[in-house]
Amino acid sequence: MVAAAAVAEAAGVAAAADAGNFVRSCAGTKFRRRNDFSEVPLQVKQVYLDNQANTKLDSRIFKEMLPFFEEHYGNAQSMHSMGFASRDAVENARGRVASFIGAAANEIYFTSCGSEANNLAIKGLAHAPGAKGKHIVVSSIEHFSVLYAARRLGQAGFEVTYLPVDNNGMVDPSDVKRALRDDTILVSIQHANPEIGTIQPIEEISAIVHERAIPFHVDAVASAGMISVNVATLGADLLTIAGSQFYGPRGAAALYIKKGVNVVPQIDGGIQENGRRAGTENVPAIVGFGMACELASAEMPENAALMGRLQRRLMAELPKKIEHVYLNGHPQKRVPNNVNFSVEFVEGEGMMLLLDGKGISVSSGSACASKSLKMSHVLTAIKADPAIGQGSIIMSLSKHNGDEDVDYLLTEFPPIVKKLRDMSPIYNYFQKTGQRQKAGPGTDYEHEHN
Amino acid sequence: MPFYSEKVMDHFSNPRNVGEIPDADGIGEVGNPVCGDMMTFYVKIKDNVLEDVKFKTFGCGAAIAVSSMVAEMAKGKTIEEAMKITNAMVAVELGGLPPNKMHCSNLGADALHKAIENYQQKSK
Repeated sequence: MVAAAAVAEAAGVAAAADAGNFVRSCAGTKFRRRNDFSEVPLQVKQVYLDNQANTKLDSRIFKEMLPFFEEHYGNAQSMHSMGFASRDAVENARGRVASFIGAAANEIYFTSCGSEANNLAIKGLAHAPGAKGKHIVVSSIEHFSVLYAARRLGQAGFEVTYLPVDNNGMVDPSDVKRALRDDTILVSIQHANPEIGTIQPIEEISAIVHERAIPFHVDAVASAGMISVNVATLGADLLTIAGSQFYGPRGAAALYIKKGVNVVPQIDGGIQENGRRAGTENVPAIVGFGMACELASAEMPENAALMGRLQRRLMAELPKKIEHVYLNGHPQKRVPNNVNFSVEFVEGEGMMLLLDGKGISVSSGSACASKSLKMSHVLTAIKADPAIGQGSIIMSLSKHNGDEDVDYLLTEFPPIVKKLRDMSPIYNYFQKTGQRQKAGPGTDYEHEHN
Repeated sequence: MPFYSEKVMDHFSNPRNVGEIPDADGIGEVGNPVCGDMMTFYVKIKDNVLEDVKFKTFGCGAAIAVSSMVAEMAKGKTIEEAMKITNAMVAVELGGLPPNKMHCSNLGADALHKAIENYQQKSK
């Protein structure tokens, strides 16, 4: 069988190669290699459940962006009509972003991505001339662009407090209160977690932080477009959002800086963004980001309702189809697009690759799926059992998903888990003894880090 | 560019020699679930030759592909030949592994060698 299939495949390769194409098999998927060596799966079915990584651009947004590539390509700072057209577009987008989060237009600073905005917030505040102190407070499940910015400041003489979270990924506001000191210059807590979806009690935390008149930054990248994000309601002095999370293009994000809050630029050398962020404006992306915000203002309730329904289906039905799965993140207080399950006895990357073979794109927080070969910092912080956390699968939804995607996943996923469990020694052990294998007596290999 | 070579994907998707040998002559276990990889190798040895090699693996795509390849390489070899299978040889046979996955090939050859050593201890 195998040999016959290999021969047939080889013949197919030869024939396709003649036609300028190249067919190969990958985890059960047929791929067509195009002449430019990019590969597209031949299968029709494609279920994209990695929307936390990036969403599909809304075609209305794409149309709005197009003229700013070929027609209105002037530099937004230029003093001529070509420049004015670009500048008007940027300012229009600024207004749209501002009204989406309840800010004033002059409180919106465009950046190239959420990571840049987070860096600008953390480092910009820490290095602001008025900052009296060296102490920073962040949660231990922040995005890396917050955590590593804080760590960098830690290396430069600042003191950083990393707040713990509970098993659902929640920050306890009383922990924030206890962490604050006279020399605390910044608190940064995310609105929602991109990996486990947990929504933080931001209003409560901001009230505590503001009692001490400390600037409060909120990373709202994972929540904007999913749930209401309003700077006044949340009590944010700085807030990060990125349009690529809700159908806008990559290449544009924003930091909201409340009027009167002092932030020094992290990219020096230009007059753009009121002197706070140098660099020629990415006009098409900014235009798209602005439109994403406007569309989200109108369409978020409908989109959130759809995603929430699909999320509830996955959360209810997956455990019925697959035994020994555990939900990561808060069961209720979570953004509607996030589902994160740990599948016991198997490892996340294997599942991810086999799902990809069926045209299903997901993500994982397992050690092997990460480039650092460590279980994700979020799963570590919620004290996920490392043996179980290795089987973490993240399914993140968008408005483009439907019930048929959930049906397809629920059909294709169980046999994949079965296949991997059938070759898993720890599942074997569990089946024979009814016990979970403790670490060892195997060798604990020191992973090499790159 | 896909993350893994075609050969890795092939051995991962259709692993050879998965399973247990109930009356194995030697069993070798390395890794543990906490680090994300664990392999158990079973060998059946007759007249100094590895008649059968099977494995069970918990781990990523590379770990499974490495197990499959090690078992395939070892089958039919003498004990001396099988002990000479190195991690580097496994990686080469698989058409290369991403740098951060090279430790998976260490696990594979080590588990095989441990199973053979287990046999040697028992038959002393």
